[in-house]
Amino acid sequence: MTESSLIAADRPATENAAESADAILEMRNLSRVFTRQPVLAETLLKLAGRAPDIPVLRAVRSVNLSVQRGEVLGLAGESGCGKSTLGRMMTGILPASEGTVSYEGADVATLRGAALKDFTLGVQMVFQDPYSSLNPRQRVAAILAEPLTVHRPDLSRAQINARVDAALEEVGLDVSYRDRFPHQFSGGQRQRIGIARALIVEPQFLVCDEPIAALDVSIQAQVINLFLELRRKRNLTYLFVSHDLSVVRHMADRVAIMYLGEIVELAPTAELFADPKHPYTRTLLEQIPSVRNRKRSFSTVKGELPSPLNPPSGCPFHPRCPAAMPQCSVDAPQLQQIAPGRTVSCHLYDKDKTLT
Amino acid sequence: MAAPNTRLDRDEIVAVRQPLTNTPQRRAMLGKLKRRPSVRNSLIALLVITLIGLCLPFFAQQDPYDLTSFSVMDNRMPPMSESFDGMVFWLGTDGQGRDMLSAILYGMRISLLVGLVSTALALIIGVSVGLVAAVLGGRIEALLMRLVDFVLGFPSILVALVLLAMIGRGVDKVILAIVMVQWANYARIMRSSALSERRKEYVEAAHNLGYSTGRVMFRHVMPNSLSAVLVLATVQIASAITLEATLSFLGVGVPVTEPSLGLLVANGFDYLMSGAYWISFYPGIALLILIFSLNLVGDRLRTALDPKRS
Ligand SMILES: Nc1ncnc2c1ncn2[C@@H]1O[C@H](COP(=O)(O)OP(=O)(O)O)[C@@H](O)[C@H]1O
Ligand code: SF4
Ligand SMILES: [Mg+2]
Repeated sequence: MTESSLIAADRPATENAAESADAILEMRNLSRVFTRQPVLAETLLKLAGRAPDIPVLRAVRSVNLSVQRGEVLGLAGESGCGKSTLGRMMTGILPASEGTVSYEGADVATLRGAALKDFTLGVQMVFQDPYSSLNPRQRVAAILAEPLTVHRPDLSRAQINARVDAALEEVGLDVSYRDRFPHQFSGGQRQRIGIARALIVEPQFLVCDEPIAALDVSIQAQVINLFLELRRKRNLTYLFVSHDLSVVRHMADRVAIMYLGEIVELAPTAELFADPKHPYTRTLLEQIPSVRNRKRSFSTVKGELPSPLNPPSGCPFHPRCPAAMPQCSVDAPQLQQIAPGRTVSCHLYDKDKTLT
Repeated sequence: MAAPNTRLDRDEIVAVRQPLTNTPQRRAMLGKLKRRPSVRNSLIALLVITLIGLCLPFFAQQDPYDLTSFSVMDNRMPPMSESFDGMVFWLGTDGQGRDMLSAILYGMRISLLVGLVSTALALIIGVSVGLVAAVLGGRIEALLMRLVDFVLGFPSILVALVLLAMIGRGVDKVILAIVMVQWANYARIMRSSALSERRKEYVEAAHNLGYSTGRVMFRHVMPNSLSAVLVLATVQIASAITLEATLSFLGVGVPVTEPSLGLLVANGFDYLMSGAYWISFYPGIALLILIFSLNLVGDRLRTALDPKRS
């Protein structure tokens, strides 16, 4: 991976900057639970004072994370650990159950009017599935022009058309494709259209939710390069979600590792890959060296991923952790700083608490 | 075709060379219309039935709603008999001396009109309710869907009967009654297809791009979830007509002065035992043919539009 070390060399040293020095987005104790709607019988039970047992799924549990302006923050973890849910809350698509998201210093739950629009458009999402992320009944030109017709009434028809063409060119699509429907494109091209749609409102920050996971391996590299090129040209900030650690290593300045709705480790990319601290991160990294294993994600991590409906007591990783200690099944470890820019949530590092 | 863009790899260019007609659904439908004559024929049949039904009264030799155009003297004449002024009653006359053929042609128009209008109105209401429930969710959805369950929980004929007993007879009132019992079917289907559509990422993208709820609802969710209810509607025309005929037969439907097919059957019922079979029989046959052909058309269309059968 020589190119990733090259990229690492010319990165701004954001990782050493104090947290929230120039945070574009900050999450504090952010949680999201999913419950199903109570059926009629359950509502009646509740009225009768007998609280029914409706299962609660904690998809994201008290996440504290800040994204610095201009960085690429990688987010990795097994499928189902809450990466998409966290990403959706960051864009405002999904409201948080608890905690706050702050955009440029202001709690987004309190934003109204123009400020809310700034946040909504400023943080855009690129979705995982290029097949369901485009309206099948809209032509490409309509998909790309709609955000402008809605938000920029000052632009003339011709100006909007010009911007649509520019957006197509920017993502590497020919302008002659404007009158086609999404189904007439390949997965990679659709993903480019999705990127163009997000970019046309000139966002600051892109949440990329596994944007290449559904693509052909031959096309993945092109789309990754497009992301890198766009970042350079537009000074974008990314949250780059992936369950493929080699992609994260290639793209990200910092990496957050997520397990069962929690961030368990956060570190600058080079340090994380050179010296993973959390036992879960270590197990993950053992999976990458073989090229064959790359597409298999983390299915080879020993043991089953516990259900977020019924998470283990204490450290959520303890049933699978090779280094588990007696206290691990009782006490939940807290995220603690173990070095500048490095945090980890594991009892193995408890002794470091005195140092920070 | 030269490669339009060298930045794309060969895979992507091949994919772009697909024929550039329209959306996959529309292409599949048009394809089926071409390949399977039964579908085209059934569409033509639907159109022809409607046109005939709506235009035929102009060819009727008598206006059965005009009490002065027929005479009680001609009552209960058998088919093919002649009135004293020389008019031939092809299908006989009823108890008031009305020409049955003219009455059937007019009755068919009323039946069709009631079927089409009530289906269209029920469709509009049902689609709106289902869409609002699916997109807004929460309490509004719970409220609307309990209402739908409530309406569907009663036999439709019972609800319509009670309703008409309260508000009285009339073409507009029958239409109202049919709409009241049928909109819920559309609402339920629309909600479920809109719900599955709403989960798709393009709807999340639409919210993320700051579109208003109304825009997301009508520009994005609705066009993509309409096909299921439209298919249901083609089948429901026939059942709306059946319901109207039943109500009219039971004497709570259209007024006696504007008899529909169901009312004509009911009128002849009293004379069946006395041998004047034609007064009930021919309207019954006409109703049967109308419903049968509408059902056939609806059924063919449903099969043709079923996405699971290509
Ligand atoms: N809309 C939803 N309703 C109920 N459960 C959900 C919903 N979205 C996600 N979940 C659950 O939340 C957990 C995290 O999901 P997700 O964020 O999609 O994980 P990831 O993107 O890491 O694969 C999963 O257990 C998933 O089943
Ligand atoms: S806290 Fe204990 S169980 Fe959890 S990761 Fe650390 S050592 Fe393993
Ligand atoms: Mg996901």
